[in-house]
Amino acid sequence: MKPFVYSRATEAAAAVRQVSNERSAKFIAGGTNLLDLMKSGVELPDRLVDIARLPLAEITALPQGGVRIGAMARNSTAANHPLVRERYPVLTQAFLAGATGQIRNMASVGGNLMQRTRCPYFYDPAMRCNKREPGSGCSAVEGFNRIHAVLGASEQCIAVHPSDMCVALAALDAVVRVQGPEGEREIPFDDFHRLPGDTPQQDTNLRHGELITAVDLPALPFAKRSHYLKVRDRASYEFALVSVAAVLDVSGGRVRDARVALGGVAHKPWRAREAEKILTGARANEETYRKAAEAALSGARAYKHNTFKIELAKRAIVRALSTAGGSGA
Amino acid sequence: MNQITKQKAHIVFTLNGEPVEVAFAPHKTLLEVLREDMGLMGTKHGCELGECGTCAVLVDGRSILSCLMLGLDAEDRAVETIEGMATADGPHPLQETFADTGAAQCGYCTPGFLLVAKELLAHNANPSRDEIREALSGNLCRCTGYIKIYEAVELAAAKMRGEEMTLPKESVYGYK
Ligand SMILES: Cc1cc2nc3c(=O)[nH]c(=O)nc-3n(C[C@H](O)[C@H](O)[C@H](O)COP(=O)(O)OP(=O)(O)OC[C@H]3O[C@@H](n4cnc5c(N)ncnc54)[C@H](O)[C@@H]3O)c2cc1C
Ligand code: FES
Ligand code: FES
Repeated sequence: MKPFVYSRATEAAAAVRQVSNERSAKFIAGGTNLLDLMKSGVELPDRLVDIARLPLAEITALPQGGVRIGAMARNSTAANHPLVRERYPVLTQAFLAGATGQIRNMASVGGNLMQRTRCPYFYDPAMRCNKREPGSGCSAVEGFNRIHAVLGASEQCIAVHPSDMCVALAALDAVVRVQGPEGEREIPFDDFHRLPGDTPQQDTNLRHGELITAVDLPALPFAKRSHYLKVRDRASYEFALVSVAAVLDVSGGRVRDARVALGGVAHKPWRAREAEKILTGARANEETYRKAAEAALSGARAYKHNTFKIELAKRAIVRALSTAGGSGA
Repeated sequence: MNQITKQKAHIVFTLNGEPVEVAFAPHKTLLEVLREDMGLMGTKHGCELGECGTCAVLVDGRSILSCLMLGLDAEDRAVETIEGMATADGPHPLQETFADTGAAQCGYCTPGFLLVAKELLAHNANPSRDEIREALSGNLCRCTGYIKIYEAVELAAAKMRGEEMTLPKESVYGYK
């Protein structure tokens, strides 16, 4: 690893100052993604500001029935916290579907939001990659693109966002709280991650030096009925080929309200609003779920090796909705 | 924390119950600090990418991957490595049952499995096979096929609860 200057932050404001003052400074939390990328030479920070001991790990109930998860809460702690388990089972399931116990013990919620793509061309400095080196070209478009995007991609980049947690957060309309040199702001989840467009080097709308302090989950009583389905090449310890977070409000055999988000298909956690429109007010049955799945993938475009993802995503949506919808009572 | 330069860091932490002091290059991972600066070779160096689990150690009682943690992050924390698992009274029950069932063959993955299993049993004295499988899913073994490892954990858990448990004869190492 390339040597760097290290300091441990004891105050959020100081951490923000240290990183914003230096272009090649970075926060380090659990280190599970950043150290990995530093070893491969993809990330080459000159300064690391360790935020792991900032008092940002609390998980608390919000007055209106929501929950606040501190950015330094470890994935394993957040997954098993009673407030998360009871109010947002889809989020617990998404956490537990990600990585392994050891990594979840290290990984923070803030770091999970900021984790970078697992596109092998991004990880290999010998390959062309617009995300790593803007303007160099995308090796995946003409390369082996089995794990790549089918929705919202651009000719510049067809990488996918690898997080499981973020798919559940997209479905739950989470809000990301950040602290920057000019003060605090809130970013609605859908505006946090970006589509690649012409600037694939930018994964998110977080500005350099801004520190994520927490993620707020608004009250969503029907989230008790939710399901996270992850489809991957092996049963554990693998990123999603396709994943679905489904939250359904069903009564009297009808869908009253729905939230659907997809992972593994796009450069950002993908909120399937077309599917939600079809679901809302319709009968809670497989036919409805199929129509919703068709709508969610209607704009999909496959590359040479990932055509299968479109059908896989549709079937995963139907299965996740059927599970979340239960008997439809 | 002591002053850290680009060349040298100097920290204090608890290793296997004893306070220790060590100086090392600040960009080193905990895995490298343990092996290269402290001469503790029990923690194994595998993929270095978080994918195999053989570098697992316990930090403040929780299993982590030492290849993805900076040595600096160990400061003031309690680290437990395989070297601390046996006590003056003898091997840990997990170490005994791993040997009895042949849950270790080449042994390269064993330190990681033992520490993660120890963490599991600290929270769950009577885990089901599925719970064991899930807890150990971050540890890869190329030799045993895992069944012996699951059996060894079940056997150790029973021992630690003070219960009798017998494995099928064919599971016991050396049975002909
Ligand atoms: C082998 C392996 C398998 C994995 N499998 C999965 C999986 O199946 N599903 C899944 O979802 N994930 C998976 N992961 C990814 C894992 O979830 C992430 O690496 C982890 O969540 C990152 O969190 P961290 O705290 O370690 O971040 P770090 O590595 O410390 O940081 C990552 C990035 O986030 C930035 N950052 C961290 N905290 C903040 C903050 N508060 N504010 C602003 N910026 C911040 C850092 O500057 C850095 O750029 C896997 C990882 C590994 C190594
Ligand atoms: S060496 Fe750390 S997980 Fe493989
Ligand atoms: S005993 Fe050889 S890898 Fe597990």
